[in-house]
Amino acid sequence: MGNEMPTINVALGQYSDLFMLLAALVYAAAFIAFAWDLAKSSKLIREIDAATLASEKKVLVAAGSRGSASALTNTDGDELVNDEMTYVQASEKRLAAKVAVSLTWLGVLMHGFAVVSRGIAAGRVPWGNMYEFLSTGAFIVALVYVLVLLKKDLRFMGTFVIGLVTVMLCGATIGFPTPVAHLVPALQSYWLIIHVSIAVLASALFTITFAMNVLQLMQHARVEAIAAGKRDKFPFMGVVPSAGALENFAYRINAVAFVMWTFTVMAGAIWAEAAWGRYWGWDTKEVWSFVIWVVYAGYLHARATGGWTGARSAWLSIIGYLCLVFNFTIVNMYFNGLHSYAGL
Amino acid sequence: MKKDIAAPALGFVGMLRWAWAQLTSMRTALFLLLLLAVAAVPGSLFPQRAVNPEQVATYLENKPVLGAWLDRFQLFDVFSSAWFSAIYLLLFISLIGCILPRIKKHAKALRTPPPRTPSRLNRLPENGSFEIAAAQDSGISDAQLVQDAAKLLKKRGYRSEARPDGAMPSVGAERGYSREIGNLLFHTSLVGILASVAVGGAFGYGGQRVLVEGETFVNSLVSYDAFTPGTWFNQDSLTPYSVKLDKFNITFDRESKTHFGQPIDFTAEVETRRGPGAEPQKETIKVNHPLRINKADVYLVGNGYAPVVTVKDGNGNVAFSGPVVSVPQDGMYMSVLVIKAPDAKPEQLGFQGFLLPTAMTDETGFAISGDPNAINPQLQLNSFYGDLGLDDGNPQNVYVLNTDGMKKLNDRKLDTGGIVLSAGQTYELPDGKGSISFDGLKRFIGVDINYDPSKRPVAIFSGLALLGLAISLFTPRRRAWIKIKNSVDDSGCEQRIIEYGLLARGEDPRLESEAQELRKLLEQQWPAVERAEV
Ligand code: HEM
Repeated sequence: MGNEMPTINVALGQYSDLFMLLAALVYAAAFIAFAWDLAKSSKLIREIDAATLASEKKVLVAAGSRGSASALTNTDGDELVNDEMTYVQASEKRLAAKVAVSLTWLGVLMHGFAVVSRGIAAGRVPWGNMYEFLSTGAFIVALVYVLVLLKKDLRFMGTFVIGLVTVMLCGATIGFPTPVAHLVPALQSYWLIIHVSIAVLASALFTITFAMNVLQLMQHARVEAIAAGKRDKFPFMGVVPSAGALENFAYRINAVAFVMWTFTVMAGAIWAEAAWGRYWGWDTKEVWSFVIWVVYAGYLHARATGGWTGARSAWLSIIGYLCLVFNFTIVNMYFNGLHSYAGL
Repeated sequence: MKKDIAAPALGFVGMLRWAWAQLTSMRTALFLLLLLAVAAVPGSLFPQRAVNPEQVATYLENKPVLGAWLDRFQLFDVFSSAWFSAIYLLLFISLIGCILPRIKKHAKALRTPPPRTPSRLNRLPENGSFEIAAAQDSGISDAQLVQDAAKLLKKRGYRSEARPDGAMPSVGAERGYSREIGNLLFHTSLVGILASVAVGGAFGYGGQRVLVEGETFVNSLVSYDAFTPGTWFNQDSLTPYSVKLDKFNITFDRESKTHFGQPIDFTAEVETRRGPGAEPQKETIKVNHPLRINKADVYLVGNGYAPVVTVKDGNGNVAFSGPVVSVPQDGMYMSVLVIKAPDAKPEQLGFQGFLLPTAMTDETGFAISGDPNAINPQLQLNSFYGDLGLDDGNPQNVYVLNTDGMKKLNDRKLDTGGIVLSAGQTYELPDGKGSISFDGLKRFIGVDINYDPSKRPVAIFSGLALLGLAISLFTPRRRAWIKIKNSVDDSGCEQRIIEYGLLARGEDPRLESEAQELRKLLEQQWPAVERAEV
């Protein structure tokens, strides 16, 4: 690269910063709308439940004994959410959710502009320091989420996912503000593009499955409590599919993310070979990438052994995600190793 | 594990067999896997000898009691510790014990025909049936129909078997055998990676060398500043190549206000020869772009300035002349250096102090370097005379001056003052002890040179592992059956019904769409009666 290093466009970099902030604001608004939808949906669910109950009294047919805990079905077979997570008719009524999704799209567009313009301003890929990892990572999470939303009704996860995206963006702009600059020589490699982009993508997918596994555990606990005759403490969880459906969907995404993570680790090893003369040296970052890989491998095994499906495998996925977050935050900030280019 | 195997009175062989079955069980594999993850964590919490020996030494100095205990449990050598090794060795024995029977089993499965047709297809998770329209029906025999259906399934990637005989002619089919092959490839490749690391690494070596502009490195044991051979290292693997550093260039950021002076490019221009008689070649070494020479790799890991000095002794003879490697202390390359002139007579001379590439004084009057480039290079030295302590045979650090047997000659605090030299200047030492001149400035680089024969096999096995993993996770394994049923309906008409059913083995979210696709294909070949579902 050396002498033909492109010049940095400072003005564009400032526009990027501005749009990053605006995107964070729009996401915050979307987050509120998603939360409002959950609150309203629980009312809607109660109405549907009541209607179901009423009609069941009239028509004395106990047709198709669906689990009573997730009795979201009214007599027409209308559901607010189904286990395939496809859009269903009854959910048309969720106005707040529609507003939330529109806001999320707006946020994604602004965020996308911010990320791309930062890359153009710097004349390189925008993932060279902590601020850039976080803001690009948050963008990928939001982008993957809205793209999946096109096909699957995952609006129940909106509060969670967009909440997290908002936190990531605020974390980037408040915690690690970094003006646009050139890459240090250690990062000047096309492996930066390959290794980091796949890592960010895998992390985005793990983020989404993390949300699903947490909801799965909540749903599981809730259904058990209701089955035991206790009051439904989280009626809004009625818009969330069954624990089993969440588990299966999370598994499918985790499988894809695991392959990507495997690739990330291997690409990292190839890069390390070129940069530091050894492909694996148990540097702190390498240790944690390995731990994450092994935990998710354990998760896949746990599901294969049969005995460990359900809540237990969900916990493994959650632990894997916590390791991922730890690797990204604490390890980058407080552990010194060869990967200390976080720009802090 | 079946309970009865664990019953008492097994005898020794029985015990062994039981232990083996335990070790190779999936539950043990899972346990060991999770244990491995936990065991790796301390490797990031405590400094590791293999990575940072100095940090370990500092830790032991600062916390001697705790440190000693940690050391006893090999917490500074986690990844070569007995306990960590035990976990992964057990895991890999378990893995091998798991792979071998599965290979045998799958080899057999590959030769077995698809499973028997179940008597009731409507019990399967995906199933359906339709009546073939009479117009299409004429003439074709059940046997032929079944053959055609088998062909249809084969085209969709199933291994199918037509079963035309018996009361109900049917087709049995299965696909996704490669799922298990991928899985076995993945697990086998993991063993391959471990074996390559263990064996390949032992034949390798690693070493360090500092090279000043103009110097040549010739690959032989004596040329290394530090050298670490693998367990089975053989001197013959040091092939005789040479690398001469012509010039080292650094580009600093001169635009950014926030990152001003940050290096953005390092390039070492070298001249290489791949053997004694080989043609010289011009090449470069950069960060991320090592020099691949013969089978070794040369990495750029450090750099700095090497001022060229000449020291004359009290007799007026040259006692030392040449570049002196200085160690950078900050981003502005303020560097410390030590010069030893053991040949100086009548007494040995020593110098220690700083090199300032761009000498300036800050507000408080301290000399600092204002820029990483050598705009106004200056040496600031103290001088000593006496005994350098080199003659007792103990190896000495070239970067440290042992002043025990020496007297101060120049010092800021003495009347003589410190020595301040700009490039091209000469300073006469007090009392006719000699002189020192600052003749010019060169740059040096630090390189790591290593040879690791495990690289290629590890890369190959990793690629195979990734391939196997993807095949294993994304190939659905399914069974399908098609059945022909002849019956007579209420009105006495003959009916011919095609029944089909599908079963997933393992995770398969797309089974439903596969069933729909299959039905479409079947109806294309044998259109259904409009009357719809039977
Ligand atoms: C080095 C340790 C191991 C690692 C990192 C590992 C990793 C994995 C991963 C990532 C998978 C899921 C992907 C796939 O289906 O191919 C998997 C599946 C599997 N592993 Fe392992 N494994 C290890 C050891 C073992 C051992 C010791 C056994 C036998 C006891 C075993 C048996 C299996 C089986 C049967 C599956 C297939 C599960 C299915 O069909 O979904 N693995 N392994």
